Amino acid sequence: MKARRIAALVLRQVYLLRGSPTRVLPLFAWIAIDVMLWGFITRYLNAIASPGFDFVPAMLGAVLLWDFLSRVMQGVTMAFFEDVWSRNLLGIFASPLSRAEYVTGLVLTGVSTSLLGLGVMIALASLAFGLSFLSYGLAIIPGLMVLFLFGIALGVAGSAMVLRLGPAAEWLIWPLPAVLSPFASVFYPVSTLPVWMQPLALALPPSYVFESLRAITNGGQADYNALLWALALSLLYLAAAAAFFAHVHGVCVRNGLIARYSAESVT
Amino acid sequence: MTETLRPAPALVVDHLSKTFDGRMVVNDLSFFVEPGEIVGLVGLNGAGKTTTINMILGVLAPTSGSVTIAGVNLGAHREEAIARTNFSAVYAPLPGNLTVVQNLRVFGMIYDVPDLACRIDEMVEMFDLARYRDTRCGLLSSGEQTRVSLAKALLNKPGLLLLDEPTASIDPSTADTIRNHIRDYAQRERGAVLWTSHNMYEVAAVCTRMMLLSRGRILIEGDPRSLPGEHGVASLEDLFIELARDPQEGSRP
Repeated sequence: MKARRIAALVLRQVYLLRGSPTRVLPLFAWIAIDVMLWGFITRYLNAIASPGFDFVPAMLGAVLLWDFLSRVMQGVTMAFFEDVWSRNLLGIFASPLSRAEYVTGLVLTGVSTSLLGLGVMIALASLAFGLSFLSYGLAIIPGLMVLFLFGIALGVAGSAMVLRLGPAAEWLIWPLPAVLSPFASVFYPVSTLPVWMQPLALALPPSYVFESLRAITNGGQADYNALLWALALSLLYLAAAAAFFAHVHGVCVRNGLIARYSAESVT
Repeated sequence: MTETLRPAPALVVDHLSKTFDGRMVVNDLSFFVEPGEIVGLVGLNGAGKTTTINMILGVLAPTSGSVTIAGVNLGAHREEAIARTNFSAVYAPLPGNLTVVQNLRVFGMIYDVPDLACRIDEMVEMFDLARYRDTRCGLLSSGEQTRVSLAKALLNKPGLLLLDEPTASIDPSTADTIRNHIRDYAQRERGAVLWTSHNMYEVAAVCTRMMLLSRGRILIEGDPRSLPGEHGVASLEDLFIELARDPQEGSRP
């Protein structure tokens, strides 16, 4: 892998962000709206619920961490969609850039943009509603890593799906986090789910993060073994997503889909 | 006794075939391009020209056969082989949301061009793009976009340059300038060029050799200036039309 080639993809995204406020705004706008909406909801719930339980870290924290995962995923897919929208896939894949370099470029771009969003999220939630991620203790570190890795895996897998199915498949990718959220036990324990849904929840690394963070806000302790397992599971998903992308790219090269991508000719 | 080492051909296409859904689009194609040669690849729409170029670029896997670029097998060492190429095609415009210089910088880094800033300045000057340096490519006319695309294609001084109808939809004066640049490039840098075109005047003016493709096979091959006479017609265009109407003609002695 050549660092210069990967840097070219990140530079491309910097140029696009620098020249387009409409690309910069969504990095912060939705996060700000979520902080406001859920901040006021939790403040209201704190006012009407029995004293002693703080909804801010339990609910606002959960919403923002799930939002963070969504931003990571979208950061990766957005970098890929830029090539789709500008009809640049042929230029990219007919260049010496390897698959691994391309995917690494997408991931680095996604990580950079989502870190910006994370910074704004923490600042806003802390200043406006007194939420501190420090209240989760050390568990926040593996927790964020799990969400980071799983978000990247979703982004890479989503990009592969659009590469295979064509530009119109974008709409399948945007709602992915929303589709997964009921199973990821963002707002409620896994045990709340019906028995048949619980294995699905346990197959999703974020559910371990939210279970641990919930335990902390309830006065308990994080389950570090579970977080470690979630970390391993996330790495497994990331490897699977990378393999899926490589497989789809191989299929596209065999079928000529890259050369005639805009025709959306799934064969 | 001293022996002069001959450089490997810039491109060797060996028994290349491609089948789509049982339909053979490229049929057992074999040819080579030497350094410094400009070879024209002409044929009717659907003859297999772009499919062949896509296979040489590694974005389409052949059903059988192989492509070797400067002695490097494309199937086995894709990145190494593709690093020695570059291309320009009307259907592969540079991203319209980046400026001329931004596009050249991004692709220059991807192609690992040394001393990139200087090379970009050279290309900008060569293709008369100085006043558009900071203009987004999407705002340029089709002729200007073609020039930017060619500047990108020559950035890495490729040993093999693939041009798919580079002068389509541009005015005769710009097309002439572009042809001169490509000719200069082949002569000065000893770059090999594979050029597809429907403009027979252009093929006769630029190409040192041409191949006429029909149904994925080479129908005739030779010097575009002498081929019409060898087939008893007045011009390359007449030969093209005759062969297009009766492909069997090309295989007759």
